[in-house]
Amino acid sequence: MEDILYSVRDLNVRYATRSGDVHAVDDVSLDIRRGEILGLVGESGCGKSTFGKAIMRMIRTPGRIDSGELWFDGADLMTYSGRQMQSVRGGEIGMVFQDPMTSLNPVQRVSEHLTETIRTHEPKVSELAATARAEELVEKLGIRRERLDDYPHQLSGGMRQRVMISLALALRAKLVIADEPTTSLDVIVEAKFLDLLRELRDEFDLTILMITHNIGVVAEVADRVAVMYAGRMAEIGDVYGVFAEPKHPYTVGLLNSVPNIDLDAHDLYKMEGAPPNLLSPPSGCPFHPRCPKAMDICAVEIPVLHEVVPGQATACWLYDEVGVAGG
Amino acid sequence: MVENLVEVVGVRKWFPVAQGFIAGLTGAPKEYVRAVDGVTFEIRKGEVFGLAGESGSGKSTVGRLVLRLLDPTDGKVVFDGVDLVSLSNEKMRTLRHRMQVVFQDPLASLNPRMTIGEAIEHPLKIHMPQFSAEDRHARVLQMLDQVGLAPPEFFFAKYPHQISGGQRQRVVFARGMITAPDLIVADEPIAMADVSVRALLLDLMMQLKDEFDLTYLFITHDLATAKYVCNRIAVMYLGKIVEIGPLEAVYTNAQHPYTRALLDAVPVPDPRHRRTEPLPAGEIPNPINPPPGCNFHPRCPIAQAGICDGIEPVLLPVDGDPEHLVSCHLRTGEYQDLDPFK
Repeated sequence: MEDILYSVRDLNVRYATRSGDVHAVDDVSLDIRRGEILGLVGESGCGKSTFGKAIMRMIRTPGRIDSGELWFDGADLMTYSGRQMQSVRGGEIGMVFQDPMTSLNPVQRVSEHLTETIRTHEPKVSELAATARAEELVEKLGIRRERLDDYPHQLSGGMRQRVMISLALALRAKLVIADEPTTSLDVIVEAKFLDLLRELRDEFDLTILMITHNIGVVAEVADRVAVMYAGRMAEIGDVYGVFAEPKHPYTVGLLNSVPNIDLDAHDLYKMEGAPPNLLSPPSGCPFHPRCPKAMDICAVEIPVLHEVVPGQATACWLYDEVGVAGG
Repeated sequence: MVENLVEVVGVRKWFPVAQGFIAGLTGAPKEYVRAVDGVTFEIRKGEVFGLAGESGSGKSTVGRLVLRLLDPTDGKVVFDGVDLVSLSNEKMRTLRHRMQVVFQDPLASLNPRMTIGEAIEHPLKIHMPQFSAEDRHARVLQMLDQVGLAPPEFFFAKYPHQISGGQRQRVVFARGMITAPDLIVADEPIAMADVSVRALLLDLMMQLKDEFDLTYLFITHDLATAKYVCNRIAVMYLGKIVEIGPLEAVYTNAQHPYTRALLDAVPVPDPRHRRTEPLPAGEIPNPINPPPGCNFHPRCPIAQAGICDGIEPVLLPVDGDPEHLVSCHLRTGEYQDLDPFK
């Protein structure tokens, strides 16, 4: 039995708009295992960031969590009060966002960010002890202790992102949700940051949910990968399995359309069409209008996510006995 | 003989750093950001020339210099035999329709109050006053069709916010193509697009190139994408070209340690090939006071004291190949025997 840190069950998130509800996250269930790096990938508008916010209960009006269960380390977060959630957020669950410059306070020194974080969540810690902890932490992340006196604008992009991670680690977060953490970084800095994430995972027993559109980044660091499309989970599984033998036609297309620096690599696959408008998603499987293997049933009934080979589940009628027999 | 459409010769662009009042009075030496610091290359007719580098390498500034959206501090930019730097603004304007630009963010490139049709028609009104309104309209519709926005009448009346990001970038391409340019400077044209849309946009670029006999300057930070379109590529670091050559030579036989690091750092979409090579130390230094000698030496794994930190390297052929040049003491030239890995 795997050790599950965070279990999401049948999560539904909708945003109210003038033209009706947008079903941004549609019946998504996902288990995040303790100690893993789980890559959540998808294109813009697929609901991956909304999912990341929802599991921290950070959806604001006009959005709302319609239904679903959120079990974090045995606790039912849906029953938590706003105040209880505040101590979970930034405490046991840390966050790293795409743009560290907008996540850090421009008029606070790095040290103040860290000590404030520590002392807000652990009021008994003295200023001095908090500073000592901050110094130890940033050095582990490869930032010289003198840089603690700097303001965010004095740091490079890569260093800012390290500071963000250190804020999550300062409170010994169990889970770090990183939403596009490397998107604003250059490739060499990105590669270093990914190395750091792996090291931290090992050293601090971290669990990381990495939300990204960058398939290469997932291939580089993730243990498992979850693919979202139009608010639904299309496929989830071990990263080696999914990349070697993707099951869902969307995953197949997505992986084949990623530029590969290898000169012998295949030509890029050109996926037809564009992701659907979630105000009026297609009937049945949301991918069927773009799917090269669509069958009659795909336009009618929504496929259920189920395991098709050990460690790999997909929501596609191709792998359903009923679907195959009928198709 | 292949003709050169663009020749960039020894171009520098130094931006002055704003000084305080006191510093001005005391006559403190003026400081400059050396965005582009002595760059020479040519773009041949009909090719896709890639310019790659990290942020701050100066690649976008080179693009703007080629279009003469900026005047160089020093050096020459020759477009089809004409030295752009010496041209008056009026003369320059008559050349503008032959060079167009496509930027990263199509939403920012399009006027939100103009319909797609109006936006594409606009350059025609400015550069081709000889066309009648009906003529222009017909040309815009045809162009919409050519960039894959069908039915054209439907898109003509749409506003930028009403169409998808990929479609918007097609509109920007259409607007660039409408004056039948010779050169398109594409500055990260697909960086904002989703993965599944990128392949289609690259395909469109290549299709337009064939149909209109185009030449591209393709500016990108993404070497994996560059691979699919470029014929030749130059890698920039801190305002200088460190390596230049045919794509295959640069990718399979990269000589400069920085080029190698860039190629190694690109995440490969295959978990069985995770990167194991070490990465260069530190980050890109401040372009106000770039390091002396080879400006990569503080981060370079093979830098030799006394040479790399003192003498500035120049671009020299790799193994006598005049097409593939590298600027590294330890790879070419008189010091190459000192390379610890050779």
